[in-house]
This record gives sequence, structure tokens and C-alpha cells, in this order.
Amino acid sequence: METKRLVLVGVGGQGNILASRLVGEACVAAGIHAVVSEIHGMAQRGGIVETDVVIGDATSPIVSEGEADVLIGFEPSETLRSLNKCNENTVVITNVKPLPPFTVAIGQGIYPDIDEALALIKARVRSLISLNGDELAEKAGNLLSLNMVMLGALIGSGVIPLEEGALKETIARSTKQAFLESNLKAFDLGLSAARVG
Amino acid sequence: MHTLLEDSPGKEMLLLGNEAIVRGAIEAGIGLASSYPGTPSSEIPDTFFSLYQEAGFYFEYSTNEKIAFEVAAGAAVSGVRSMVTMKHVGMNVASDALMTLAYVGVNAGMVVINADDPSLFSSQNEQDNRYYARLSGLPMLEPVNAQEMKDMTVAAFDISEQLKLPVIMRTTTRLNHLRGAVEFGPKREMKPKGFFKKDPFHYVTIPAVSRNLHKELVVKYDQALELSENSEYNQIIGNGAWGIVTNGVSMNYVQDAMKDLDIGEKIAILRLGFSYPMPEGMIEKFLRSVEKVLVVEELEPVMENEIRSIAQSKGIGIPIKGKGDGLFSRLYEYDPRIVRQTIASYFGLSDTSPVMVDTSDVPELPGRPPNLCAGCPHRAMYYAVKQVYGTEAVYPTDIGCYTLGVLPPLSMADIGLCMGASIGSACGLAAATDQKIVAFIGDSTFFHAGIPALINAVHNKHNFTLVILDNGTTAMTGHQPHPGVDTAPMGVETKMLSIEAVVRGLGVEHVEVVNPLQVKKAIAAARAAKEYEGLSVIISKELCPLFAKAVKKARKARPFYVDQDKCKKHMDCINLLACPAMYLDKGRTMIDEGLCIGCAVCAQVCPENAILPLKK
Repeated sequence: METKRLVLVGVGGQGNILASRLVGEACVAAGIHAVVSEIHGMAQRGGIVETDVVIGDATSPIVSEGEADVLIGFEPSETLRSLNKCNENTVVITNVKPLPPFTVAIGQGIYPDIDEALALIKARVRSLISLNGDELAEKAGNLLSLNMVMLGALIGSGVIPLEEGALKETIARSTKQAFLESNLKAFDLGLSAARVG
Repeated sequence: MHTLLEDSPGKEMLLLGNEAIVRGAIEAGIGLASSYPGTPSSEIPDTFFSLYQEAGFYFEYSTNEKIAFEVAAGAAVSGVRSMVTMKHVGMNVASDALMTLAYVGVNAGMVVINADDPSLFSSQNEQDNRYYARLSGLPMLEPVNAQEMKDMTVAAFDISEQLKLPVIMRTTTRLNHLRGAVEFGPKREMKPKGFFKKDPFHYVTIPAVSRNLHKELVVKYDQALELSENSEYNQIIGNGAWGIVTNGVSMNYVQDAMKDLDIGEKIAILRLGFSYPMPEGMIEKFLRSVEKVLVVEELEPVMENEIRSIAQSKGIGIPIKGKGDGLFSRLYEYDPRIVRQTIASYFGLSDTSPVMVDTSDVPELPGRPPNLCAGCPHRAMYYAVKQVYGTEAVYPTDIGCYTLGVLPPLSMADIGLCMGASIGSACGLAAATDQKIVAFIGDSTFFHAGIPALINAVHNKHNFTLVILDNGTTAMTGHQPHPGVDTAPMGVETKMLSIEAVVRGLGVEHVEVVNPLQVKKAIAAARAAKEYEGLSVIISKELCPLFAKAVKKARKARPFYVDQDKCKKHMDCINLLACPAMYLDKGRTMIDEGLCIGCAVCAQVCPENAILPLKK
């Protein structure tokens, strides 16, 4: 099977680790080889969280610079920071809602202009799918379902060999029942946003 | 039933590497597990903690790694299978017991899980603990994926029982924190109780006893070597003329590189999973079958040097390379690209790696370093101490969330080495300089390694201030309990120790307990400590807000806002506290009400009283 390498980047608390785990679980359930890699530890202190998912024949748990088939950014400046993971064939999916780091507040850096950032990414990769994930999550009835929006967008992009139904079944099995309805709605909103894209 | 306890051979699950280790211990019939948490190993004890009562074996979070090691040793000499887990620097703490238990040996399987951290994702160094196998003479195993993390754990217990020696299984962060499919095996019978059969002239390591024991350990080396030569985890794969030797997670990078470069038939891989003792016979056979060798191992050139030494003793002169110019680094973890490119260059192939997009015109992005959380009591205490001691005092720090106090604008950490070193180094700083010294240590770290150092400070009459940042949990590694925590709400009966009573019991004469969120009182405590001639201790006591939320003890406070009419833009709140709930919007100071937990520290710092609780 052709290898697909996914990089998910975001900020502690955005649900990135759960998203990558769900992709991994859905793959295992579908009989597709997958390895997921996470970095724990500092995540809940507001730091950057990167998880990698490698699907297919490869067994390496991480994705090197320039080697992502898909880059999924939960926060636009973090998507831009991870542009080094991309090559000209990469599909980039990004949330456009900014979450400026505290260093901006204390004058230690300038938050990038979103439109410029998106244009810069778009000019270099195969395609860019941008959506306001936070808005869609809110529309789904749960602000914390951003990760489900991004998963929906990933399936909508059509890049990975995983069926919509397979991932939805995993979401139903592995996320809290109380949030199931909003999670699935968020997933659908992300999926259609990516398809319209 | 916890899914990891199911007796369901053949079941396949996506598991975190650390969870796979726990499943392996359960399949092997573990009777006792002990640990001090440390990234990247922490999910091992946390998983044990979540299921040990249901499973019926004994588990404890021990006070430090040395004690955890000794607890597991006590079980293993009594015929109970045991596991002790720690991060790489924890092995330094445990090593005193490790070195001599290697002489004494065990009567039931004992597995030591050691998690190295190449690239220092969450550690103070990236030492290569493969040297501990060499130092102690104990066998070492190194898995390559989630399935092996489980399978090799079971195998490690068997090897341990065959040799009557503890076995070290060495992982790295990438393995601990990957998730992969794991197929369950059968569960063996669990035996949580054993019997210690007295034999003092074997177990009490006086010189006359240990002289014999050392001889026995040398004999066991030969037996271990035999097992290593025949281990399924040591393999020659392929029969090409180009040799690659590899271990651990790098094995995956090598195999993927062979596919990417399409050189499968040209390569022979020697994979060393039972990596100490090195299987000399197998290595000789491998060296005689190839023209040149590349050794792919993260960190130190351990295998490279030993293989060269074997080649020399066998009169084999082929090139054996690993670290060096144009080859691999001794620094940081590797990745698929580094390994692919180095293999291509060493064997004279063209590199097929995709070209990274040009990022030269990406604007400089604002940093996003990890930071003390909104409402973190450590920030409040740092503020209070800094108000009194200023920037001139020297601030030795320790290992925990509060180490993040090194970041500006707090800048309240000047030297940090290892667990407990804030107090020990403060003794030396106080003796060797006339500077004011204020050391900071967390509650769990205080119990772990701070107490002997504080005894030293009392006994030798050192003059400094120690602030014990007591947030009621081991916060950094994921809120594990420690001896100062009431574990009853977690369903576990332990005896809770009072840090204040410990400190007073050690003979410290000036002790004050404050709530750091009461800024004036915290400043007054710091002032009194500064004026006191001699050793003073401040215990800064307030729950970690993340932990408080998790155990439903969060303070019921409304978030705050900045009254823009009153704000005179002194900016003390932002410039002195830098709470992540505060931000600037077109020059106006704002508070993110979703992040603010209502600790009210900024409101007490504001000279204009412009920060107020939101009305309902």
C-alpha cells in the first residue's frame, strides 16, 4: 500500500492528540497499518503539540522535514511554522482562527497576517484547504470539537485511504457519548467545508 | 474490566508504547510494580495505577527511583515478578542499588524499564543509558515498535528468570510515545505473594560475599551471551554486500529507507534487540558476509565501538562507520530523512528524498514556549519573592513545572541541575559567596531528593532561603500523587505526610506557610525570611489549578476584567506576571475570560485597582 504521511500541529488543549489517535484506531479497525507519534509533557503548558500519523507500508513513527503528504494545522501560525514539513505535493488543511501566544502580549514577537500567511502557503504546495474550524465547532454545538472538524476536513480532502464511515465509527466508539452528536456534526461540517474547499 | 486486563489472546488494539509495556507485564504475571514518574515513561505507572487494584497485584508510586528500584528488588528476591520504571535520569538515582543487585541477583523475573530521551523533549540531558548495561553487567533489550514493547517485556521476564538477574529494557521517547497495533498474547498466572528465604551470606553484600558474587556475575555474562547469540531479537535480515547495524526506533528508519531507495537486495541488516551482551559470534558472521558497514544508532557510538573491537579481535578489516563528518551525529534523535540520506551517501547512491518547500521568506513567527498556566500559584510566589529579593539574589531551581520560571519576565531561575539540586547547590552557593540565595523546589521533588539536602543545610548551618512550592501534586508529569498528597479520593489508602512537620522536624527554625495568591502575605513572608539570619523555609501552599479542576476542587471564582477607565497603563500585570490569560489589544490590556480562573493575583498587583471580577 502506498504510504501516506500526516503531520498534525496545534496548541495544547486543541485536541490534536485525540485526533491522531482516532485516525490510528480507525486504520487498525480497517486493517490498514498505521503508526502514530505524539510528544507529551509540555503540551498542557500552552506549548506546541505535533503528532504524526504514518499510514501504509512504512513503519517509521515520524515524518521528516519536506515529507508530509498532508499537513493539518489547528492554528494558522502553527501551520505556517510547520511549512518545513511540506513539499510541492503536500496538501495543507488549516484552521484560520488565530490563537496568539503570550509572547505576543509581552511584545516578544509579532503575530503574522493571516491572509499573507495563507497566500504564502498556497503558493508552495499542491493545495490549501482553509476553514474557520472554531466557527464550525461552535456551529456544531461544542467549541471543543475543533479536532472533529479537522478530521472531517482530512477525510474531505480525499488524501488518505480511510472511509468516512470508518472514522465516524471510531469516533462513536472512542469519544465521550455525551459529545457524540456534536462531534459527528462537527466532523460533517469539516468534511463538507473541505469538499467545497 | 480494563481492556489491558482482558484474557483475550489474538485481540488487536492500538496502544501507546507505554501501555504495551504494561500489557506485557500483565501477560508475564507481574506481582509488583513500582515507579517514580518521569517523561517519557510516566504513562507506564499511570496505566498500572488505573488497573492494579482490579488486577490484584501491588503497585506504588515510590518516593524516588532508587526506592522504587529497591521495592521491586525486594519483591524479586522473594520470588515475585516485579517491574520498576523510570526515565533515563532516574536511572542515575537508582544506579546505586542497580550496581549491587546485579551481584545479588533475583529469584523471580525483574524488569527495569529505562526511558531515554534523545532530543531532550522533556529532560535536562540526553545521556545514553546503554552504558548502564555495560556498567552493571546486566542484560539489555531494545524494542523497535509497539508490538515488541509488549512481546519483549514478556521475554525480558523469562530472560531475567533464566539468568537470575534483573533485565533492563531500554526505550526512547519515540517508542514510549508512539501508538501502534498490538496483538495480545495469553496471560500467565499472577503471583502477588512470595517468600523470602534467608541466606545472609548471599544477600548481605559484605566484601567477602561480594567477591564471590562478582565472580558469579562474570559467569552469568557468558550465559547471557549465549542467550543473546540465539535470541529472536538479534537477526541478520537480507544477504546484500552492504551491511547496516541498527537498534531501537532506528530500525524502522533503516527499513523505510531501503524501500525508498529501492536497495533491498543490496543490503544486509544486523538488528540488535538483545543488545547487551552483544552477540559476538553473530556479529563476526555478519562482518564476514559484507564489504562495508554503517552503524545506525542514536546518541553515543556504543555498538559502533564494540563492533570495531570485535572486528579487530577477529582480524576483520572492512570499513565500519557510524558517527562522524558526513555521517551520523551523536546529538539528538534521528528521523527517516536523516537515515535515508546518510545511507545514500555512505553507499554512493543518489538521494530520492522529496525537496522541502522554500521557507526563506516565512516571516519570523512569535515563539510559543511552554508557560506557567493562567492562575498558576508558582507565578504568584515568584512575583512575591522577586519584589523582596530583586534581581541580585541567586535563584537555584529544581525539576518541575516551576523550572519554567526561568522565562522572562519572571526570570526566577539561575541554576538547575537535577532532582533536589536546588537545595544542595544553595548550600555551596551560600558557603562560597556573600550573595543572597533563594532556592525553589516543588513538593514532589522535595520528598524525592530535597530532604537529605535540607538536613545538610540545617546541620552545616547554611544561610539561605528555601521556598517549597507545594501545589499538592506531581504536576509536570501528569498529576501523580506523592507522600504529601491525600490519596483517599483516588481510592487508595496511604499515609499523608505534612511538609511543614517534616521541615520543622529536620530542625529548621524559621518556617512560614503562606498562600501565594494572597500577595501581601506572600511578600511579608519573603521579607521576614530575608531579614532572618540563617536558614529559612517558606512553604507556598496552593493547589495546581489543573489538578484542582481534575479532582473537582477548583476555586469558584469569577474571571477578572480590566476596567479601561481606571487602567493607567503601568502594565505591571503584563510586564511582571505575564499570565497567559492577559493580552494586548491595540495597546489595551485585556483578560481572556475563558483562560482566567479568577486567582486575583493581577488585581492585587495593579497599582490602580483597575482589575476587577466580572459581574454575573
